[in-house]
Amino acid sequence: MAVPSIKLDTAETLIAAYPTPTGAKWADATRKNALARLREMGAPNKRDEYWKYTDPSALTAVPAATAALFENDERPMFDAIDRLRVVFVDGVYDPAQSDDLSGENVVIETLSDAFSKDIHWAKDLFGALETDGQNPVQRPLATLNTAVADQGLVIHATGKVNRPIAIRYVHSSQSSDAMVHHVIKVEEGADITFLESGPGAARFNSVVEVDIADNGGFHHVRTQGRDHERKTVTHMFARLGRESTFKSFTMTVNGVLTRNDTVIELTGDDAHATVGGASAGDGKGFHHDDTVFITHDAVNCESRQVFKKVLRNGATGVFQGKILVKADAQKTDGYQISQGLMLDDDSNFLAKPELEIYADDVACSHGSTVGAIDDDTLFYLTSRGIPRSQAQDMLVLAFLGEAIEEIEDEALAADILDRMDAWMKRRQG
Amino acid sequence: MLEIKNLQVDLEEEEKTILKGVDLTIGEGEVHAIMGPNGSGKSTTSYVLSGKDGYEVTGGSATLYGEDLLEMEPEERAAAGLFLAFQYPVEIPGVGNMTFLRTAVNAQRKARGEEELSAGDFLKLVREKAKALKIDADMLKRPVNVGFSGGEKKRNEILQMAMLEPKMCVLDETDSGLDVDAMKLVAEGVNALRDGKRSFLVITHYQRLLDHIKPDVVHIMADGKIVKSGGPELALEVENNGYADILAEVA
Ligand SMILES: Nc1ncnc2c1ncn2[C@@H]1O[C@H](COP(=O)(O)OP(=O)(O)OP(=O)(O)O)[C@@H](O)[C@H]1O
Ligand SMILES: [Mg+2]
Repeated sequence: MAVPSIKLDTAETLIAAYPTPTGAKWADATRKNALARLREMGAPNKRDEYWKYTDPSALTAVPAATAALFENDERPMFDAIDRLRVVFVDGVYDPAQSDDLSGENVVIETLSDAFSKDIHWAKDLFGALETDGQNPVQRPLATLNTAVADQGLVIHATGKVNRPIAIRYVHSSQSSDAMVHHVIKVEEGADITFLESGPGAARFNSVVEVDIADNGGFHHVRTQGRDHERKTVTHMFARLGRESTFKSFTMTVNGVLTRNDTVIELTGDDAHATVGGASAGDGKGFHHDDTVFITHDAVNCESRQVFKKVLRNGATGVFQGKILVKADAQKTDGYQISQGLMLDDDSNFLAKPELEIYADDVACSHGSTVGAIDDDTLFYLTSRGIPRSQAQDMLVLAFLGEAIEEIEDEALAADILDRMDAWMKRRQG
Repeated sequence: MLEIKNLQVDLEEEEKTILKGVDLTIGEGEVHAIMGPNGSGKSTTSYVLSGKDGYEVTGGSATLYGEDLLEMEPEERAAAGLFLAFQYPVEIPGVGNMTFLRTAVNAQRKARGEEELSAGDFLKLVREKAKALKIDADMLKRPVNVGFSGGEKKRNEILQMAMLEPKMCVLDETDSGLDVDAMKLVAEGVNALRDGKRSFLVITHYQRLLDHIKPDVVHIMADGKIVKSGGPELALEVENNGYADILAEVA
């Protein structure tokens, strides 16, 4: 089927809007390839099946709409834990605000430094997982990112990395339109925690490619800032080796448009992947979309998807989650739950859970629910003297808590729970 | 002291009158029991007193120590000293029993202008009360009532009552689903709270509980009204003969 011309035209407009970065031959080749792929598939359009519930036009508009700056009065995310701090301002690495990019069992470079080297290990990974992730569903905004991004980190974990790498994305210009691309390689038996926080820019497009070797571990916790007008699209591509672990959790509050794509390939036996998210939206100007695609391509792997959304005053939450079990992926254990909690009648929760299974010896389950706070439960709490608004908050947090507890690290989970609690409290009364 | 005068209640959703003029006065330190056939309005009385949605008071009044209960939010009624042990306690996944108890205790203290209980003092208190009711540490940690057996749920209600130290305790069929030993535990829990000031309204179908918690007055409710009141012997009469004679007599 021919690609609609609107998709191709939009792709051209987008390509023209960003300078084509320069760099060593290997980087150049990958980017040229990405440009060619993007020209072939075109930009996403609201008619696309994969964008049925989320209109991508704000993500493809040229120029990007501005977003008012937001004064965040909370203490910085993850500030209670010992971490290696890296700051990007409007998508540009800021060495002055960042710690030294060095740590035990890890080598960290900026993407642009990696690009300037003729030979670099990242050449086999950069854009590779993104390219793999285009099949069977196209993700053109990730391809665009590969084609034009020159900001990001290249992280090579060679053993247990004792301090989390914590990136803070600062939004400082109302008209920023940023692309960030990280490449992470976790060697055999290595383990790393990767934290991201902040809105990033008025429009923010991020790609993370993670390759986890046998017995490796990757832990990811992300928060996307409290800015109301930001537009965000993220892609996380992960490939998992034998007995490796991947855990990713995202907390989202506010933001007019957020689309988080997670694409995971379990390629080694006995691997485990968990993707979770808790989001809270207030008002018609909130649209949040979690889209997950997990491919089981090895024996005895386990995957979990746990997503919870609290919506009020006309906010919209979307979940598209798919588990694909290939014919050779026997003994797959796939679990998926997505739930929307509506605090009024005006909000929307749209869910599309999918299972596609070609192996015969698998245990897969998925469920999706949408509901309101239970009156009897609320009465029970208030009858014990707990004020209604506080009781409601307790129940909302309990609901979100079931997703937050997917985070392995208790201190990180507690921090996330606190932020959600604060978000609810700001809306009391 | 609880005073209910000519309380009339309709369902909000449908055209149906449930309470047709309930009169009931429970003095300081007294224990009253209400018995009555299924569907006579016993639970409804307890819900209306504690402020559950879905009911419309069309007439009458209910006051606790002179304060108009019907004007208050459920949490205000609780802070004013009213407590309802539910016939069917609610399960709350994701909310720890301990967190729930502490939030409730401190919310009431705050509402009354009292200082909140410190984490240490609270813990000491809850451990002591839980022990008396044979509620183990694991049950305290678990989400409220989730996975509790019927009897455990009822004991958990009494634990909440013991922690909140209300002035007026309404127990809605707290004895149903309890084995003989649990019944004794619950009765002991209730009796331990009897201090000459605290009042109790015990809704039950069986004389058995009243052997342990001795009522001062027994009321019979039928078709939305208190139709007969008397001493403890009234409960025995119900136990032996059912409601037929009493209902025939008042009809
Ligand atoms: N929310 C409601 N919707 C419909 N009917 C109701 C509702 N609440 C109460 N009723 C009706 O009101 C009547 C009284 O109910 P209530 O639960 O108070 O009885 P009860 O005396 O506690 O009975 P039981 O001994 O079975 O517990 C019943 O006929 C019941 O069906
Ligand atoms: Mg009842």
